[in-house]
Amino acid sequence: MAMKFEKKGEGLYMLDVKGYVCPHPQIYTKKALEKLRSGDILEVVFDNPSSSESISAMCESNGNEIVEKKMEGGVFTFRIRKS
Amino acid sequence: MQEIPRKNKVWALIIVGFFVLVSLVSYGFHEYYVYLQAYLWFGFIYGMCLQYGRFCFASAFRDLFAVGVPRMVVGIVIATMLFAFTSAFVNATGWSTFHPAPTSIHAVIAGLFFGIGMVFAGGCASGSLYKTGEGNGVALMVILSISVTQAIFVDIGGWFNKLVPESWRLSAAQKGLPPSINVTDGWVDQYLAGYVWNQPTLRFAEMLGMKTDSIAGAFLGNFFVGVVLPATVLLIWVYSVWVRKNVVKRAMESKGTVTFSDHLNGFWGMVTSSKRTAIAGLFLGIACGLQMFVIEGLRMKFGVKNAGTLLARLGFDYGLSAKGTVFDPGYWYVTTQEAQWVGWTLHKLTGINFMDNIFFGWVNGIPNPAFNPADWMSVALIGGSAVMALLQNEFKFKKPTRELATWAIIGGFFMGIGSRLGLGCNVGGFFVRAANGDPSGWLFGIGMIGGAFVGVKFFNWWTERKMAKEMAELEFEL
Repeated sequence: MAMKFEKKGEGLYMLDVKGYVCPHPQIYTKKALEKLRSGDILEVVFDNPSSSESISAMCESNGNEIVEKKMEGGVFTFRIRKS
Repeated sequence: MQEIPRKNKVWALIIVGFFVLVSLVSYGFHEYYVYLQAYLWFGFIYGMCLQYGRFCFASAFRDLFAVGVPRMVVGIVIATMLFAFTSAFVNATGWSTFHPAPTSIHAVIAGLFFGIGMVFAGGCASGSLYKTGEGNGVALMVILSISVTQAIFVDIGGWFNKLVPESWRLSAAQKGLPPSINVTDGWVDQYLAGYVWNQPTLRFAEMLGMKTDSIAGAFLGNFFVGVVLPATVLLIWVYSVWVRKNVVKRAMESKGTVTFSDHLNGFWGMVTSSKRTAIAGLFLGIACGLQMFVIEGLRMKFGVKNAGTLLARLGFDYGLSAKGTVFDPGYWYVTTQEAQWVGWTLHKLTGINFMDNIFFGWVNGIPNPAFNPADWMSVALIGGSAVMALLQNEFKFKKPTRELATWAIIGGFFMGIGSRLGLGCNVGGFFVRAANGDPSGWLFGIGMIGGAFVGVKFFNWWTERKMAKEMAELEFEL
């Protein structure tokens, strides 16, 4: 499955990196967040468990807030508000 | 946290039940199988720890360089220090199974190859094992690539002999190896016998005039000087470059000044930033030291120095090295047994002689994987990881895409070459050696950091390119 990045609504974007292993999910998340405006929401969908720790730590370090974390059947969905 | 589905619990039970059954049935055949079972259950523990802590050496410096996340570097440093402490205890008692490796620039070069490979592959050697336990098909491809690369690399001769310096060839020929090894045919053979074996084997205790099997040498020389000091320097470097600026920014925003106490709190916050990784590091460090103790105890109980003797007594003498040995490190190791199963398979299937080289024929052998202690450890590691992943509802079969399969093969190739040049991977080449006061472990680690940096630079370019394509149709007010 190829990486997908799309606009879902005003200020809401979705990055789908299911199927990708490290380091792709966290690097794509970082690159996507760099492109967004302050206050925009990025919904990251991934299924590589170790990326959840890395993305959480990256957001904590950069001041981006993870407003929602979901995990179902091995698929993680993080909604991140850009600072 | 969501509830764990019943089928996950059932599968976890089946996996544990399988390993229990293997242990009971094999013990029923002969008590010598306890030796293999010890490897099996330590492998199982490693798998659980690695999956729980998402403990991957590849992510340590890769995530640091790529996304500025230090949690895994910290986790690895914690695990290394704890393993070093338990190793110091085992070393002081004289029960250690560890032997230092030759120290020279080759360890840095090997680490560089390995570091590039682990970033490309998306996981180190041990990380790929535990991720296979999570159902990750890419990780399985990485393992296959590492295994095949190593098995072929250690046996490759012919045209590659022309790349061997004359001094290596002459030196290798003088080592008195048996004719069956044919030491002047094979690049790795001449690299090992003509160069690596000529390098000194060092430990911090002996370098400081102490003995490793003494309390002072083990705890002051190897543990404190050889591990605590360099590990602390590493952590301070990570804090200064990646964490300090955030601590300063937050302190300035909240009270307009930064104190030493803020830095101490920031440093501690970095150390405790991922409880899962720290807890995994704690258990991993203890288990690694304990394994050395247990294996040495079993060797004394059975009156052997190597599992090859036990296999011969059990009637399995196929694939033993010319010395009658098999690979039996007595501690956590990953890559050698991966090369062995491919060596055994190719030897059986193709009829090509894979025993005419130092790696297989003189040192490690190619025993049947079903009776190879280190293979029991790796298989159980995958099983332990699967159990932990199932119990956390993180198990998911993932088929590799063409893109990721390509990275897996390229990354595995680099890691396979790096492992054999460095006589070990991130575990055997770095973790175990560094924790046991062997400076070659740190040299391999320095190379890995350099390789990770190169790999990340490449990946940044690669992902930037792909993101640009995906975003081309979107409008951003930048």
